[in-house]
Parts: sequence; structure tokens; C-alpha cells
Amino acid sequence: MLPRITLGLLLAASAALQAQESPVAFIGATIIPITGEPIENGLLLVQHGKVTAVGDARSVRLAADVQIVDVTGKVIMPGLVDSHSHVGGVQGADGSNPIQPDARALDSLDARDPRLQKARAGGITAVNVMPGSGHLISGQTLYLKLRASRVVDNLLIKLPDGSPAGGLKMANGTNPMRPTPNFPGTRAKSAALVRDQFIKAQEYRAKRDRAQGDPDKLPARDLGLEQLVEVLEGKRVVQHHTHRQDDILTVLRLAREFGFKVVLHHVSDAWQVADEIAAADAACSIIIVDSPGGKLETRDISFANGAVLEKAGVTVGFHTDDGVTASRHFLRSAGLGVRAGMSRAGALKALTLANAEMLGLADRIGSLESGKDADFIILSGDPLSVYTKVEQTWVEGQKVFDFADPQDRLYALGGPGAGDAQRVQLCCYGSAWDLIIAANQGGAQ
Amino acid sequence: MKRSLARNLCRSLLCAAALVAAPFATADEAAMPVAIHGEMVYPVSGAPIPGGLVLVRDGTITYVGPAEDMVYTMDYRIVRAKVVVPGLIDARDTVGLSGLLNQPHDQDMLEKSAPMQPELRAIDAYNPRDPLVAYVRSYGITTVHTGHAPGMLVSGQTMVVKTLGGTADGDTLKPAAMTAVSLGSAGTTDQAGKSPGTRSKAMAMLRAELLKAQEYARKLALPDETKRPARDLRMETMLRALDGTQPLLITAHRQQDIMSALRLAAEFNLSLVLDGCSDAPLVLDEIKAAGFPVVLHPTMARSFGDLENLSMETAAKLRTAGVPFAIQSGYESYVPKTRVVLFEAGVAAGKGLGFEAALAAVTLNAARIIGVDDRVGSLEVGKDADLALYDGDPFEYTTRCLAVFINGREFPGERHEP
Repeated sequence: MLPRITLGLLLAASAALQAQESPVAFIGATIIPITGEPIENGLLLVQHGKVTAVGDARSVRLAADVQIVDVTGKVIMPGLVDSHSHVGGVQGADGSNPIQPDARALDSLDARDPRLQKARAGGITAVNVMPGSGHLISGQTLYLKLRASRVVDNLLIKLPDGSPAGGLKMANGTNPMRPTPNFPGTRAKSAALVRDQFIKAQEYRAKRDRAQGDPDKLPARDLGLEQLVEVLEGKRVVQHHTHRQDDILTVLRLAREFGFKVVLHHVSDAWQVADEIAAADAACSIIIVDSPGGKLETRDISFANGAVLEKAGVTVGFHTDDGVTASRHFLRSAGLGVRAGMSRAGALKALTLANAEMLGLADRIGSLESGKDADFIILSGDPLSVYTKVEQTWVEGQKVFDFADPQDRLYALGGPGAGDAQRVQLCCYGSAWDLIIAANQGGAQ
Repeated sequence: MKRSLARNLCRSLLCAAALVAAPFATADEAAMPVAIHGEMVYPVSGAPIPGGLVLVRDGTITYVGPAEDMVYTMDYRIVRAKVVVPGLIDARDTVGLSGLLNQPHDQDMLEKSAPMQPELRAIDAYNPRDPLVAYVRSYGITTVHTGHAPGMLVSGQTMVVKTLGGTADGDTLKPAAMTAVSLGSAGTTDQAGKSPGTRSKAMAMLRAELLKAQEYARKLALPDETKRPARDLRMETMLRALDGTQPLLITAHRQQDIMSALRLAAEFNLSLVLDGCSDAPLVLDEIKAAGFPVVLHPTMARSFGDLENLSMETAAKLRTAGVPFAIQSGYESYVPKTRVVLFEAGVAAGKGLGFEAALAAVTLNAARIIGVDDRVGSLEVGKDADLALYDGDPFEYTTRCLAVFINGREFPGERHEP
């Protein structure tokens, strides 16, 4: 249970920050903080983009400057964190080589892709956008906050050193096996190529360390090996696509050999090797698809993966793999997880905090706690119900989606124009084409 | 009113557990009449019945009504569930043709050797033992309208089959239900030098084909037998489209493709079933005026290409407009290899359609559109004993399907425990 908020704390908090921005209190909703039991008739206090208090609304008296938002009857939970998505039409490696850690998702993402707004409509506030799985190493992934901006650089999550947070995308199994030059044709070859590369990275790091900063002795910069060194040093997490039970064990074997931190993705056969995954202390980012099959590696995928992993003590989260499943339906994953035996609390954590942990961001996002980013969603009801809708999505104290707004409603439900990037509102014309036609007819103002 | 013979002594001994389980009824049990109690029974053809009872004997429904109005004999096997609904009907999918593995040997949903092959019959390809047949059944789907997928201008003939998992011939309700036509991107091969490569060309080819069939019909009617044409499977199929005995199922998503379908119907006096219809809200009046039913795209279909404008609210809009419609699971080429129409209807229910209309869209309304409502689609005396049993609102994500009955035979519901 969360501690009750004291009046003194609130007064102190609001007084100190009053000059810049007055605090906003969302009052009356059921708050699901994830880190504690749901709070009926709760209070969520937000200021300067941060959560400043979470608790029972009846136990506090708010300062005079607090703006109050009555959300009685609603449900508030942390913004959803999607640990694996392809929104923004993100790219990575090309077809020249199976190992390209130098390729960055950052350099490809279209922040105006309507799928970003559809993700906000689905309640997603943070997302790991990844290059595809057709390579052993397909590049650097990017952890984004879905802030209101349409410029990718404004969506980044900055690490203390100023660099954008992200992981390294890897894959094994059939996706990276291709009949094209340089690509592996078997699983053993796939693993050998990866081991070779990590050994190179170990040597690169050793050379760099031996140089002790002497520019004459430092190895020439290698954009790819630099990333692998980050992985070896635990600064960058490997986000690893894998399906079949033997492929899962191969990932764990390589992670053990080189000592890197890994999150397993999709993990269709997780239910068969849950104990091994637990023993390796690897987290799992799983997907819920509506039926098994479609590719041989997913013939045994089960809705019960979440339940089995939870029981085995594995950190387990859901992902959309958008467009394999749609961000707008992300909450549904948790519902189906519970259907197949997951605990309610575990399923809600799997949409939020568990994914934040996998991205190394659990100190900032994934739960509603004082001091964390004010990323939250307002729901019309139970998050696990098909009849519930996401009414508002907030990132760092700013509203980025509102179902009551006709344009946002379009992205939430679909309809003509929902596939387009958001455009400038034209006062007197339905679309840019009308404007052009009007201009050609001499009618433009 | 109490109608009955002997008081069922077993009844008081039954546990209140939600249901049932042995995966399959034994041979003895299969022959037994079944009494299915639901805390709520939805016949769909009539008002919901709290404390409802459905009696099943010899594969047929013999009673639907309040449990308190009926006493049955001791030979009935008793089954209980929170919610009992008619077996669900998927108004359009490719289950049994597009197999789970997605390998060449189990993919029979699309023949690409020519753009128009109406002579292809789904029943000659349907594999009742494909695991996806049992998979969708485990969620309560007891009847599917399956067959060749969208993707060729005329891809083949569909069938209506129960998900019994027996044989194609034995399980089938309708061996040749409709002839599948694809307009828009799905119907144009888009390969250099191959026709049709444009929408206009596709329509021209379709019109020419129907004209040919009209000519075939004229010659068949010639008084001089020697002048009649030889049998032509392709023409025979198109002829059934012309005389209305086997309607065209036209997949059209963009509004211009929907309008092309309506134009074609007007020219040849065809009866159509419209399939997909992402842009339906843009031409709702026209669809309504034409009077054709809509088999709507999956609510959660991916909104790309021709489906770019799809809306989760379209089902609700069709309902408001009074257009008869059903919801489908459609065709998937990758993962998931099939959608589950229960889930698609659920999302529509949550996006303005509401529970009862969503249920009708995957039961009685679907049965009417695919022409099998004399047998299935509602819980009525005399209809096939096809039922799905759930432990709550069937559309809720967290609800489970507990058991399924087809022709009175019990099949297991969904299972997740490895």
C-alpha cells in the first residue's frame, strides 16, 4: 500500500513550484499504480512533468493553487510501455550483410507516421522501436517517449551522458537465414558469425583499454564494434528476436559466453523452457497473436506464455510488434494473458513496469509513483475489458491524446484520413488537393 | 408451465461448478440427450433467458426456455455454464484451405495460374483436420463460410462447413455457397504484362466473362440439342451467378470498388454479397439502396492499402443504417494464420455495436447471409444443436470458452495450459 499523502507534503510541493507551473490533481479515479494495490477514489498529483503524489483523495486537502480535474469513475494507470514496435516505419540494416550494429533506428524514423498517434490512442507513452529481424544484428533500437512533437529528436529518451537510449536488435532462427551472399544458411553458422563478431569486439575493447587514451595507440573508430563494446560492458541491452525453444537456449548460451544482458523477444516456445529462462535471469518481451502458426517457428505459440513465465519468476512484458498487432489494441494483450492464467497484477505490470525494466527505464517510467515521469492514461473502465476505451494519454504532464478530440478519435477508431499524417487544419477546404484545385481555378485566397 | 415426465433426481446432486469437462464425450455420452443450463441463454432469435435451459436430443434442439418451465428425464446428461449462445458462425474465412504451418503443402487458398477460375471448388481443397479448424472451434465457432481467398479476380467457389473435423463431404452444409471475386488491389496482379493490372481492366474482364456466360445460357436453351455447347465448368459457375442461385461474393474495400460492384450488379441483375467494405461508411446510402448484405472486414484488420480507411465503428454504422451485415475473420497470409471471429466481434461490440448486435453478427445474421439459417445461427427448437458455452460475456478478453456442441456432440473449449 502507498503511504497516505500529507497536507504538508502537498503544500511544500506546490509552493516550491508555483512560480513556474501550478500542480494538477486528478481526483476520484481508481488509480492502478502497478507498484501497489489499486486505490479507489484516488488522487494523482502532477507538476513539471512529474508525478508528485499518488494516494487516496479523501486523505488530502489540496493547496489553493492546485488545478483539480474530476475523473470520478475513471481508471488511471501508468502510460503503457511497448517493448517492441515498428511504428514510424523504422529501419536498420540493409541487405548487404547479416551483422550491422552500426545502423541506427534513429536515422530512419518518421515521427509523422500516423501509427505514432495510433499508439498514443492505444495508451502507449513509451516505446522501443526496433529494426527488423532479418539479420543476426540489425542495428540500434531506440527508446522513445511519445511526446506531442513530430520530430524524432524531440521524442528521444536521453541517458545521463546525453546519448539517446536504445538497445541492440539481434535475431536468430529462420528470419536471418537467407539464401543471399554473406547470410547464414543454418543455425550453427548464425551462432558462429555472432560469436566471431563478439570476439572481435572483445579484442577491440582490449586494444582500446591498452591504449589508455593515447590517440596513437587507439584503434580506429569502428561504429559497429563500438556498439558491441557497449553491449559487452552492459551499457546497451541486447533485444533479441527468438522463437523456437532451441533458438532461445542458443541466445542464453551466447549471452552467458559474452556476459551480455539480453531481453528475449516473441519467445513463442517460452512455455517449454521457462525454467531455463528463469535460471538465466533473462526477461521476456512476448507477443499475443490470435492463433498459432503462420510460420513454422510459431506453430506452438501459446496465450499461456505470460502465465508460465510469471509462474517461473521471469520478468515478462507484452509487446505489439506493430504492425504485427496494432498499438491501438495493446491493452488487449493483458486481457488475453489473464484469460490464459496470468495474474491480473502481473498482466498489468507486463504492459508497463516490466517493459520499463527491460528498457532500463524503470526508475523513470512504468508505474505511478512520486518522482516518476507523469506518463499516464485515463480509461473509461477496467483496463482488461473489451468495452473500455482509452480516453486520454498523457506524457510528462502533457496531454498527447484525447478521445474527445475529433482528430484523435479518428486515429483511435479509424476512418477516412486515419492513414494520413496529421495535416495542417485548413479553414475552408477539406484537403490540400481542394486548395490546389481552387488555386488553379483562381479561387485561392 | 411444467411439462414433464419424471422429476430428474440427478439435478439436485449436480455441483454448481461452471462446467463440465471431459474433453470429448464418450461414445455413450454422445448418444445421450443433453440438458444445457445457462445462467444466461441467448437464443438470438428471441430475448435472452436468465436461468435458461436448452435440451438436445439426436443432434437437434428440442427445448429452449426457462429451466423452471421444463423438467426432463434422468437420461439427460447435464451441462452448466454461465453463458450459452448459438455456435458462432464465421461469415468469411479461409480456414481449412490456408493451413497453420503456412508451408506450400498446406496453402490451398489461392490459385495464381490465371486471374479468373470460378470452376475451383473449396470443397476439393478443404482440410477438416487442419489444426486451425479445431482451434477456431475451441473458441465457439461451429460453422465457417470458407474458401478461396481474396487475391485473384475470380478465385473460386466458397463452401459452408461445420468445424466437426471429420470429412469435407460429411461436415459440409453447402458445398458451393458463393463465387469469390476480388476488386481493387486484391484483384489486380500488379505484375508487368499480366492482366488485370488496373481496376478498369479487372472490371472489363469480369463483364466480358458474364457476357460470355449469358451467351452460354442462350445456347444451352437452343431447341436443337446438337447446337448446344459442351459442358463448361467455368461457364456453369458464372451462370449460377447470373440466375442468382450462387451469388458473387465481391471483395471490395475502396469506395470506388464498392461502387463498381454495385454497377456490375445493376448491369447483369446480379445478387451480391459485399465482402470487406472498409469504405462502407462513405457509400452507406448506395449500399443500402442496392439491398445487398455486407460481410464486414475483421474489426482488428490491419489498416493498410485498400483497408487504410477501415474503422472499428463501421459495424455500428451498418447497424444504424439498417444494412444487414455479418462480421468475418477474413484471410491472413502470415501471423496470425487465422483470426478468430469471436475476437473481431468482441472489439466491434466494444466500439459502439453493443453486445447483442455483435452476437447476432456472428450467429443469426451471418447464417442468413450465407443461407444456412434454416439449420444454424440461433437456438430454436428443430435447429441443429450447435452451441458455445462460456464462463462469462463471450466477448470479454478474460472470458473462456468452456465447451462447444455441434450437432449435439461435445467438443472441448479453449485450452491454454501446456
